[in-house]
Amino acid sequence: MDQLAFAAGTIVAGVFACVAWFWGSNWLLDAAYPARGPQAGANILRANMIRPWLFIGPAVAFLAVYLVYPVINSAWRSLHDAAGRNWVGMDNYTWLLHDAKFREAIWNNMLWLAVVPALATLFGLLAAQITDRIRWGNVAKSFVFMPMAISFVGAGVIWKFIYDYRGEGQEQIGLLNAIWTSLGHAPETWLTVPFWNNFLLMAVLIWIQTGFAMVILSAALRGIPEETIEAAILDGANPWQVFFRIKVPQIWGTIAVVWTTITIVVLKVFDIVFVMTNGQWGTQVLANLMYDWMFRGAPDYGRGSAIAIVIMALVTPIMVWNIRNARKEMR
Amino acid sequence: MSGVAGTKARLVWAVNLAALLLVILWTIPTFGLLVSSFRDRDQIAASGWWRTPFTSESTSFVRAGTADDQHPEGDLFVISGALLAPGQTLLAWGTSAREPGAYEPGATVPLKDGQALSVAADGSYRLTAPQAFTETRGMRIFLTTTTPPRLTTENYARVIGAEGLGRAFLNTFTVTIPATVIPILIAAFAAYALAWMQFPGRALLVAAVVGLLVVPLQLALIPLLKLHNDVGLGKGYMGIWLAHTGFGLPLAIYLLRNYMVGLPREIIESARVDGATEFQIFRRIILPLSFPALASFAIFQFLWVWNDLLVATVFLGNSSKQLVMTGVLRELLGSRGGDWEILAASAFISISVPLLVFFAMQKYLVRGLLAGSVKGG
Repeated sequence: MDQLAFAAGTIVAGVFACVAWFWGSNWLLDAAYPARGPQAGANILRANMIRPWLFIGPAVAFLAVYLVYPVINSAWRSLHDAAGRNWVGMDNYTWLLHDAKFREAIWNNMLWLAVVPALATLFGLLAAQITDRIRWGNVAKSFVFMPMAISFVGAGVIWKFIYDYRGEGQEQIGLLNAIWTSLGHAPETWLTVPFWNNFLLMAVLIWIQTGFAMVILSAALRGIPEETIEAAILDGANPWQVFFRIKVPQIWGTIAVVWTTITIVVLKVFDIVFVMTNGQWGTQVLANLMYDWMFRGAPDYGRGSAIAIVIMALVTPIMVWNIRNARKEMR
Repeated sequence: MSGVAGTKARLVWAVNLAALLLVILWTIPTFGLLVSSFRDRDQIAASGWWRTPFTSESTSFVRAGTADDQHPEGDLFVISGALLAPGQTLLAWGTSAREPGAYEPGATVPLKDGQALSVAADGSYRLTAPQAFTETRGMRIFLTTTTPPRLTTENYARVIGAEGLGRAFLNTFTVTIPATVIPILIAAFAAYALAWMQFPGRALLVAAVVGLLVVPLQLALIPLLKLHNDVGLGKGYMGIWLAHTGFGLPLAIYLLRNYMVGLPREIIESARVDGATEFQIFRRIILPLSFPALASFAIFQFLWVWNDLLVATVFLGNSSKQLVMTGVLRELLGSRGGDWEILAASAFISISVPLLVFFAMQKYLVRGLLAGSVKGG
């Protein structure tokens, strides 16, 4: 209970500090450059030059310390040894190139990149198309969307239960093994089956992300001008043609946005692998490998940071693309 | 819209069926665990959750009493007691693991040294011997029983108390609330400046915010942990609040700015003409009008912080006093991997709050997603 009081106190203090800063600094500015008297014009101009920075100052400070500084610091660390004292140049990166675990992780990440965004977007598109055409569509949407609210760890538990294994002859309580054995096969310890276990982990993320894709694509589908669809139907297009030839091409932009957003989620995927297999049995991914090097056993911040920089490098093209799109939009 | 497509009755059916299938597929994983969280340990181990509504049959063993429980009866020594849990029905019983169902209920079976064991249909057993028992460990009696379907909340009670989930629940709240409120305040001012104030470098800042949206969190862990240690924050709530504030800001600023840019220019201009200061405009006009966007971000941030594992693991430490719920869940997965009654109940406590928020505020969540992705990208 004490800590709840502490939290409540922090909220009050935090809110008070924010308000005090914004209100106080504005008040000071007005006092220093009053908008009256002989120099009113010059004062207003000067105050207007400073004021935006009062508004934006705390945010910029936070972004600088909590996001920009770590990127630079990580880059620096990746060129140093385990403790961050001695310069080792590119050693950490050359080590990465020859490390079997790193190769496995990057190969798996590529596999995730190839499968998850594609399937989540595809399922999302189908779900949007289906739920937009029925009367109880909004209810259906809610249920498909629901996994978005579940933590990766919670989802890990939910799916581990599905993949649960009991010895042969015992009753299977995992759904997958129950179906599998009812088809006449021997039960499997699914999460240890090399290569295919990756897909079982991906299923979790696809399950979570499909709802996101569906919501956004559904809005885009509704935004398509009706005349184009009517014209296609008058010209004798069947429903499949209407969907793939008329609708999908018109929402390419949105599909790209959904695809890239999920791609970023995939590049950072950590919790699912962490709680379900912890990278064993050939399921290692970059983020989990990085965590291993940074926090397990004898930490090596140099190598860990090098892996982090690799993740950053993979994200960068999307970052650039996003910035260009945002700038186009602003004009 | 699609209705124009000369809808045929068969097609309508197919679409409805497809939707139903989709909903079932997407709900079943969660539903299975939810049902399991209300079953007791033996039931979960004995049959799949889809068999919950049916009577389940299981074989297990119970230990009979020890020498301490014996009492003389005539010239015999007797140990007696009950073996069945309430509601169970005995189908068969046995004395060895090889033949756990060798005997009918009511049968009396001779054992070594003149001992005899009988188990009645109601589960009461009677172990007799001509000389005093010396066993300090009761013999195993194997039972094949059927248990009627039964739902219980025992798992939840147990998990909240003994497994420390109640404590973790509080911890999670402690982390989440300030980490949701503070970034909103900071971001709202920044977003207003980026949307409605003219100053050099504005476009650059907006671009920077868009860029920072995708910076992988993993990058920030070690540098920030070191920084927190250097300035004396160490691992603790203050550190994690600051970290979540920093990580949440790009999305907050981005969402709010996108929304504020769309507010009608005339209102703001006329307020300026009337002599309102920027601060008054922000507080009286912008903030109230931006409520939907504020709500959207609040939900995002709440869900994200509540569901986060990585930041909490790194910035809060792993002592049982400080663990948040995702952390407890992870520990349980490691240490109690097969105890599904505990895992299921724990998982549901941890996802109940996000699910409530989700179903109550879905409208704002969807709106926020659309503002974040479709408009800007």
